[in-house]
Amino acid sequence: MSTVAAREASPAPPGGGRRRWTRFILPTYVGIFIFYLMSPILLMILYGFNKAPNARVTFKWQGFTTEWYRKLFDITDLTAALKNSLEIAAISALIATILGTLIALALVRYRYRGHGTTDMVLFMNIAAPEIVIGASLLSLFVTLKVTRGFGTLIAAHVMFNIAYVAITVRARLTGFDRSLEEAAQDLGANPWVTFYRVTLPIIFPGVLAGGLLAFALSIDDFIISSFVNGKTLTFPLWVFGAVKVGTPPQVFVMGTLIFMGGVILAITNLVLQRRKV
Amino acid sequence: MERHLPADLPKLKKPRTRLGKVLAPYLLIMPGGVWLGLFFVIPLLVMISVSLQTGSLERGFSMTWHFRRYYDVIKQYHVQIVRSIEYGGLATLLTLVVSFPISYWIAFYGGKRKNTFLLLLLLPFFVSFVIRTLSWGFILADDGIVIGTLKDWGILGRSFHVLATGTAVVTGIAYNFLPFMALPLYVSLEKIDRRVVEAASDLYANKRQILLKVILPLAAPGVFAGVLLTFVPAAGDYVNQSILGGTRNTMIGNIIQQRFLVNFDYPGAAALSTVLMVALLIGIFAYARALGTRNIQEYV
Repeated sequence: MSTVAAREASPAPPGGGRRRWTRFILPTYVGIFIFYLMSPILLMILYGFNKAPNARVTFKWQGFTTEWYRKLFDITDLTAALKNSLEIAAISALIATILGTLIALALVRYRYRGHGTTDMVLFMNIAAPEIVIGASLLSLFVTLKVTRGFGTLIAAHVMFNIAYVAITVRARLTGFDRSLEEAAQDLGANPWVTFYRVTLPIIFPGVLAGGLLAFALSIDDFIISSFVNGKTLTFPLWVFGAVKVGTPPQVFVMGTLIFMGGVILAITNLVLQRRKV
Repeated sequence: MERHLPADLPKLKKPRTRLGKVLAPYLLIMPGGVWLGLFFVIPLLVMISVSLQTGSLERGFSMTWHFRRYYDVIKQYHVQIVRSIEYGGLATLLTLVVSFPISYWIAFYGGKRKNTFLLLLLLPFFVSFVIRTLSWGFILADDGIVIGTLKDWGILGRSFHVLATGTAVVTGIAYNFLPFMALPLYVSLEKIDRRVVEAASDLYANKRQILLKVILPLAAPGVFAGVLLTFVPAAGDYVNQSILGGTRNTMIGNIIQQRFLVNFDYPGAAALSTVLMVALLIGIFAYARALGTRNIQEYV
């Protein structure tokens, strides 16, 4: 094979494949990197199966057991915290998806006064450190003497999810063919019918992706939640509180299950995307 | 359809639809905008106001425009402020060095499996942040699965320990926020026109020159975005410090959290948060001026 043909076959690698052994540096590094990335995850899964005589996770490996999967919901506080997390994630993701999608529609469709401000607020919302957002929300709730709990958690989670949904949906909206909507309107559909029957089905994958992202961000949030939770505990808050006294293995089992759920959703999304292309 | 309408109606209709067009974006923005106003913009202003008040939890707080507090908190906690910048900066540098080759590899060699590799990169995000940090603590624990084994093999000395040191905190942050760096890097590397790289190669640039003079400059926006997206949460984080850092080496996030939720010193904590916010805002605006906000949003 001539050099020209080799270069045509692999257009990307700059000067690739000429020296023998250096070729392997990058792939080896990728392998090590993936191991580095995965090892805490593997440990989490592993420690869910570790025997623990005091029902507290220990560093030492003490033998395989499925006890913690069977006793998954035995710690009532932990189960309640997980339930809170799932509820807050579902409710806040739903609200944020609606509000964020509307903002994305406005940003892509219209040029209006305040366009730049909207952009800026969304950007600031994502760029602002969580601790500042948490501290500012606490300042507000303390000043207004609002009782912190489930309600304030929802308010906070919707707030930090809106921008992420808006940006995700907007990314999918930019390639949108407006002529389809115009065709629907020419055929006598009113704006609502047009939106419901034409626009929504087209942007739905983007909206769904935004909603799933919001759900994931909400279920994982710790810092902001720790400022606005009052006496209500979410899953991450409970886990953090348990660190000092010892972590029960159930935490790792629940973490594993949440992880698996996320992975299955992500793979489904990937496969669906590939099928569409 | 229009034939059945009175002659003046179409005229009436026209300004209405135009008004509708003008109002439509605002109606779409309003619900989300109100929510963000109430729970994002206003709270920031309230926080600044609280930082200038004096009083106590029992007697209540009142506005006294106590600007001196800023001087006091910075003086009292400058060690933690500097340490946060130091840890955040080190962790950011570490993620940059660790993830650049990966992003480069996926962008240039990923082929059809790019999406799969990107998903792999994101996998840690499917594990709860607190659990991820706990797991990382297990890896670093003195008699844990990694360090303990290395000690048993005699590679590390018996007295060696990482947990409860600054190193543990920095590596924990670097692990936790890695995707914030790797993804923007990937996006910018992916965008590079391959023909430019080929042209450099045709003009007898060697690999090193291609990397330093072609690829790195073109990837600069991604590097900036990644640095910003990693450094901001890294400098404000207190979870890694709390779980991995022991009782010393506290960062500014720990102090804010403690002043707010343990000591109920709302004004002091609000002042510290404001300092953190202003410091980071200056950085963000400097960035936005240099590269434009639209530019950075592509990487978020």
